[in-house]
Amino acid sequence: MASFDDLVKRRGEIAAGRAPNRATLVLGDGTCGRASGSSEVRAALSEAISSLDTEKRLAFRTTGCHGFCQIEPNVQVLPDETLYVHVKPENAQSIVEAALSGKVLKNLTYKDGQKKSCAKITDVPFYKRQMRLLSGLNVYVDPLRIEDYIAIDGYQALAKALFTMTPDFVVEEVIKANLRGRGGGGFPAGWKWDSVRKAEGEPKYVVCNADEGDPGAYMDRSLLEGNPHLVIEGMLIGAFAIGSHEGYVYVRNEYPLAVQNLIVALDQAREHGLLGKNILGSGFDFDIRINRGGGAFVCGESSALMQSIEGRPGEPIPKYVHMSERGLYNKPTNLNNVETWANVPFIVNRGADWYRTIGTEGSKGTKIFSLVGNINNTGQVEVPMGISLREIVEGIGGGIPNRRKFKAVQTGGPSGGCLPADCLDVPVDFDQLTKLGSMMGSGGMIVMDEDSCMVDVARYFTNFLVEESCGKCVPCREGVMQLRDILNDITQGRGREGDVELMEDLSKVVIDCSLCALGQSAPNPLLTTIRYFRDEYVAHIHDKKCPARRCTALISFRIDAENCTGCALCKKQCPTVAIAGEKKKTHVIDPEKCIRCGACFEVCKFDAVIKE
Amino acid sequence: MERETAKIDEFIARYGLHQGALIQVLQDIQGEFHYLPREALEYVSEKLGTPLAVAYNVATFYNVFSLQPKGQNHICVCMGTACHVRGAQSILDKFRRELKIEVGETTDDLKYSLDKVACVGACALGPIVVENVTYHAHMKLDKVGKLLKRGGRK
Repeated sequence: MASFDDLVKRRGEIAAGRAPNRATLVLGDGTCGRASGSSEVRAALSEAISSLDTEKRLAFRTTGCHGFCQIEPNVQVLPDETLYVHVKPENAQSIVEAALSGKVLKNLTYKDGQKKSCAKITDVPFYKRQMRLLSGLNVYVDPLRIEDYIAIDGYQALAKALFTMTPDFVVEEVIKANLRGRGGGGFPAGWKWDSVRKAEGEPKYVVCNADEGDPGAYMDRSLLEGNPHLVIEGMLIGAFAIGSHEGYVYVRNEYPLAVQNLIVALDQAREHGLLGKNILGSGFDFDIRINRGGGAFVCGESSALMQSIEGRPGEPIPKYVHMSERGLYNKPTNLNNVETWANVPFIVNRGADWYRTIGTEGSKGTKIFSLVGNINNTGQVEVPMGISLREIVEGIGGGIPNRRKFKAVQTGGPSGGCLPADCLDVPVDFDQLTKLGSMMGSGGMIVMDEDSCMVDVARYFTNFLVEESCGKCVPCREGVMQLRDILNDITQGRGREGDVELMEDLSKVVIDCSLCALGQSAPNPLLTTIRYFRDEYVAHIHDKKCPARRCTALISFRIDAENCTGCALCKKQCPTVAIAGEKKKTHVIDPEKCIRCGACFEVCKFDAVIKE
Repeated sequence: MERETAKIDEFIARYGLHQGALIQVLQDIQGEFHYLPREALEYVSEKLGTPLAVAYNVATFYNVFSLQPKGQNHICVCMGTACHVRGAQSILDKFRRELKIEVGETTDDLKYSLDKVACVGACALGPIVVENVTYHAHMKLDKVGKLLKRGGRK
């Protein structure tokens, strides 16, 4: 395409080539879908459709994640918005027949908490309270077909910027929209763009940070995998505004499908004249390269990320000079994360004033969270900023399974913290979460029930950061390790009086003296668990008890004679032959041999194994 | 080695002769041979004009690279937070016991390697175990043995 008109014409051709009234089957086929068996469903649906007469054929689209990962593989029938869940290959034929006749297969629809059938996606409680501005587009786009993206007005915002706006105007619009960085920091993107635009030096680089290393967060994968062109378009607009001609996407190697889809999307964008020289005939040049990460969490930090792109170990460098002045190859560099870039086309298309109508005073727009852990409806949630945590956990997430009680929600990954039930009514935005001692981070939201031990959670995150610290600066390398060792001692029953105060002191040093954000925020999970769950530390240290019965050194297993049927299932699973007993007679656990792996507890169908 | 160098030349051609290509080329070598042979590291550093020490530094810094050959079946247990709260640690422990190796090691018969990963991004379906390229969702302790049995062991 060599002009604005070509883009409009192309969109018209795509629309004309599609039968408007034809039903479309949409299968979620991202990484999470495939882990649940969507590939087999895809094959079965294709076969069922291709066996129909040509004129009767349904349209079929495989897309990225639809958000509600829990119910995958799922199929949506458009335009009716019928939703089928946990679809198996053997359901394919009946789904196709029902779609042709306009019927609904009730047995395959979603059942809500009251076992009521929700035929349409709009009836499902998980979707009802969301505002799926960015992620909702996934359903309309096969990531391997640029036509799908163009058909939903894709690259319109780019064309609008190139042909009707000046770079200055675009920057002003992003400032006015108050788009804040979704990678965690929450720094206003427009200001960053402005300083890179004004910085001395050529070339200028634009980087997309897709190194989403926060364990428990996967919204970047979902966006990049499901709708790569949205991110590319955002980067193109940013590059135009800043005056950059070279871009990089630094993407996690652990997301192979995202890498694969992005490669295809970049190739297709180039073929369509949307990347490369003289884009849409506007005279603007820009291209994007992919760099795959090497599985180092610290590379999510901007200076470490740039070291990695340059082919070095990802060790952060002190920020005496801003990246916006001397970043990649010592040139002015603008780095934003996947979700931030994906917001840009919306701001340009609909204007900053519209964008500002969503969200809170200090945080505008929507935010995508991955709502996971001990919660009924797990998946990816997109909500306007300012919605309460309770609304997310109870309303969208449907509460805690197995009649357990809510204990905490961990937000912001290893840089964030654990918030207790008292904090559930707080509106979620950048500033409120920070006030509570946690943070937005990239948007991981891990819900924990009463069976989660908060000391163990602090140990988990601290241990994670010990393994991921690059080791360059002493406070992080040594300090976080000492914190981990103390936490290990506490969870193993060797905690001493004064350990909590010692950890608080040490945390201050680590926060104040570490070189980069990894170290500076490393004690956050620990400090919030001390702040909100201090009694659990006391129980571990003083009483040598784990109230959640999670820390293996502090618990024991026994078999309740009354409930034991002698089925021997536990005996079969026990790895250390610690369980003895004849068939149909009560079994017994030898505490000397027991390694407290919990296998017997997990397999027992009669609640006869007691954990204390 | 000749066949290997031809392959490595092919990888280098994708990214160009500069240090920025180093990690990308090593990724491709790791993908092809499942580890970084010493000769490959030497060859790449010479070709890209990077000191061998830098290539070694990169190869040991990033989790994705291994200087030891990996087994035919690569078991990778996700240890992300969502998997952790649903019991990933005991899954990993079970693999360690069954395979009689530690994380990062390979069985003597080169059939299995065991690793952990920080997060594979399929958090809603945890605990997750990735076996080569297959994702196993909702892992349970008693599924571990079945998975290994299917892989030709025991």
